[in-house]
Amino acid sequence: MSPAATGRTGAEAPAPPATMREALNRALDEALAEDPATLVFGEDVGRLGGVFRVTDGLQQRYGEHRVFDTPLAEAAIAGMAVGLAMNGWRPVPELQFDGFAYPALDQIVNQIARMNYRSRGRAPMPVTVRVPSFGGIRAPEHHGESLEAVFAHVPGLKVAAPSDAPDAYRMLLQSIRSDDPVVFLEPKARYWDRGPGPSGPEAPGPEAPGELPVGASRVVRSGRHATLVAWGAMVHRCLRAAELAAEDGVDLEVVDLRWLKPIDAAGLAESVRRTRRAVVVHEAPLTAGLGGEVSALITEGAFSRLAAPVQRVAGFDVPYPAGPLEPQYLPTLDRILSAVQRTFGA
Amino acid sequence: MLTRKPPDARSDDSGAKEPAMSAEGEGGPDPRSRPRLPADLHRRLYRTMLTARLLDTEAVALQRQGVFPAYVSLRGQEAAQVGSAAAMDPQRDFAFPTYREMAVALTLGVDMVGYMASHRALWHGGLYDPMASRFAPINAVVGGPVPHAVGWALGEKLAGRTGCAVSYFGDGASSEGDVHEAMNLAGVMGAPVVFVCQNNRWALSVPNEGQIAGGSVAARAAGYGMPGTAVDGNDLAAVYTAVREALERARSGGGPSLVEALTYRAAPHSTSDDTSRYRDPREEREWAERDPLPRARAALEAAGRADAAFFDRAEAECRAEAERIRDGVSTAPEPPGSDLFTHVFREPTAELARQRRIWQEEVA
Repeated sequence: MSPAATGRTGAEAPAPPATMREALNRALDEALAEDPATLVFGEDVGRLGGVFRVTDGLQQRYGEHRVFDTPLAEAAIAGMAVGLAMNGWRPVPELQFDGFAYPALDQIVNQIARMNYRSRGRAPMPVTVRVPSFGGIRAPEHHGESLEAVFAHVPGLKVAAPSDAPDAYRMLLQSIRSDDPVVFLEPKARYWDRGPGPSGPEAPGPEAPGELPVGASRVVRSGRHATLVAWGAMVHRCLRAAELAAEDGVDLEVVDLRWLKPIDAAGLAESVRRTRRAVVVHEAPLTAGLGGEVSALITEGAFSRLAAPVQRVAGFDVPYPAGPLEPQYLPTLDRILSAVQRTFGA
Repeated sequence: MLTRKPPDARSDDSGAKEPAMSAEGEGGPDPRSRPRLPADLHRRLYRTMLTARLLDTEAVALQRQGVFPAYVSLRGQEAAQVGSAAAMDPQRDFAFPTYREMAVALTLGVDMVGYMASHRALWHGGLYDPMASRFAPINAVVGGPVPHAVGWALGEKLAGRTGCAVSYFGDGASSEGDVHEAMNLAGVMGAPVVFVCQNNRWALSVPNEGQIAGGSVAARAAGYGMPGTAVDGNDLAAVYTAVREALERARSGGGPSLVEALTYRAAPHSTSDDTSRYRDPREEREWAERDPLPRARAALEAAGRADAAFFDRAEAECRAEAERIRDGVSTAPEPPGSDLFTHVFREPTAELARQRRIWQEEVA
């Protein structure tokens, strides 16, 4: 296991990945190298290297037996992962786009999530289902969906959504090494992003994300006046909002939730007990979205310290719109800052 | 509604590969077209079928007594299940059942008290060890396990091993999208899997005519690039031979096959069902004449392979076994409440630990 694989940093650590796409590629590469039971498969992940090139070069390196294309059949992709896992393999299937995870939902919800339970621990499911997710790239219909609330509601699943390249690398390796099934939601809007996260490898600091256990959130910007909670691409937007607020003298903390199941209730409470105000931001539609769960956890964990009701800034309760309307659907900087103002009674 | 009758077995006489076998002697227009079974196997499988029938009858009684909340009888499908499972290599192969494969479990040597525990609602997947038994947990989403079988089979191929998966499903499940995806996947990948469709004519209340466009599940195999065979599912030897052929083909790198065993669900869909609302009792009487159990017995007798003493002894021993299983499942302890939480995750979460504490303090 390489030092980078465990999140440890040192002189011998390989060069950090430049983009999230490359970081994920490197994580898959290392997972394939360190465990011969690891298999990567899905639509177009082999010869093409994936529509986002996340699996680029892996088939050439590990062969068609370890990295392979499947027919265009999401239920079969998720379903075969169950059988492969029951035969000792560690499957890392890709569902090409968020909206195409719906056809696989029966296998993910009724089978992958339950097989360890159903078999009383005799048939574990060390399956990591990678799903390029969320919006922001002006894609066709069914290519910009946010399914985290769907998956987080399912007993037996863990759900991850990284926000930057170094964390994506570490969280994907962590997910693949886990003996529990993980639905890994990759913010496709950040695939090409080179911007280092605040806790990127350039400045790992004492809270290097590789040291964080499954389910841990991280503070990506410390602040005193209110806490913004987000995941995936919205973390970056919240950081931008915090920069703008700082110009007005408002000091916002930004929490990258990272794991959407289990959710770091203690971490949320710790932050909000300090700042006394919270805004949760997500791309998914508002109603029954994960923002409701986060809001409830904050309220339960920090009620006595809360100065205002927890605010939610989310997608509207409409189907994910086409390109020109996408910027009006996704939480805008103005909406985020207005919500912050509401926590001050403005 | 009386429609298609079970056809004669269409599988070829592969029994001829084993000259030691003698004719099963079930009669029919051309004995040479009949598959054969070795005498010892024939007797053993008859006993397994008999045990399955007796255990099935006990299970229905347990439901009537309130011990089981519900039960799904396999009555009438004993030959299809025992014949297909007996063709497997229990050391190498792996079966993926739905919820009506009790006689498959019995044939494969699954802990039957653990199996029947599912019907007593002690644990959904059953209490047997699916990995050691090479018999996956009971699955109520009938199309769901079919791609699992393909994945497992592909795993064998990738590992360079020679095991095969056997995927069980019915005429109802044949309409499920997962089944079509799985068969296409198996065909594309050349996975060593045998799809065994027990076509028992009735998907709960809907007959084949409302379920299977074109009338044949086996015929669909051609579209997935694999051999498809329809056999008389009430003919033990025919089922055994067809599945064994398919397994040999898969094991030697020939890829997947589909065997459609044409049989009949002699009982209601479940103990909660009422067949009088949707099917003609004359059909049930007609199929009762083709009951696979007396048929297997008649074949043994006609071949001179079993005498009255054999059948008397089989009856006594199989009944004792069925009663042992019945008593075992009836007295099995209920799972402790902590089992609610134990197997949700292998790497537990703080949140579930918190909920478990609530259960401990407020429920247990």
